[in-house]
Amino acid sequence: MNFDKELDARGLNCPLPILRTKKALGELGAGQVLKIVATDPGAVKDMQAFAKQTGNELMSSAEAGGEFVFFMKKK
Amino acid sequence: MDTKKLAIIATKGTLDWAYPPFILASTAAALGYEVQIFFTFYGLQLVRKSLNGLKVSPLGNPGMPMKMPFGPKWFRGINWNIPNAVQSLIPGYESMATSFMKQTIRNNGVASLEDLRSLCQEAEVKFIACQMTVELFGFEHSDFIDGMEYAGAAMFFEFAGESDICLFI
Repeated sequence: MNFDKELDARGLNCPLPILRTKKALGELGAGQVLKIVATDPGAVKDMQAFAKQTGNELMSSAEAGGEFVFFMKKK
Repeated sequence: MDTKKLAIIATKGTLDWAYPPFILASTAAALGYEVQIFFTFYGLQLVRKSLNGLKVSPLGNPGMPMKMPFGPKWFRGINWNIPNAVQSLIPGYESMATSFMKQTIRNNGVASLEDLRSLCQEAEVKFIACQMTVELFGFEHSDFIDGMEYAGAAMFFEFAGESDICLFI
């Protein structure tokens, strides 16, 4: 999937992946896509909740080799 | 859509209880909430310039697992069940437990309190210190970080009364 910016949130724990995501989205324009890579298993539900509450679109959420990869489109 | 509001009263002044107010406030701010934290009684410790004095005490705290933050995995998994009577007699026991918890926090990629507190301030979380307890404990405003407001319970209710979520921590 194409993306405009990548956020490495590996090794970070709650609430840092969400806080960094919020900050990284702030540096993007509407419609641009942020790729996030995290290792915190709690981030899976948290990213869904973040997207739902902020109106940004969680385009995909996947796990590969103990890492969680998200694509979030800025509102 | 109206901005949602979160009001928190922070009353605890130990390393472990310092986390919940800052974690919840910073997360809520990231979700678009307007947030205020009212620091009162021991909670004032959380807005002092240096947070180095915060400690955690395993004494009389049966919910706290006492584990080593180093060594092989099997060793880290042991829960050291040390009786209160023994804990109370060992000088520096609390400082040792505090340094172990700080190491565990670092090992787990959990943010430092200083970082979380700064993130709250960057996100415009409003910090209010209870003026009555500031005086009660003999603090000066210069003991606290910049950006604080000093007020009483009435100011808290002005915000809390129209908040969507109100927490006493």
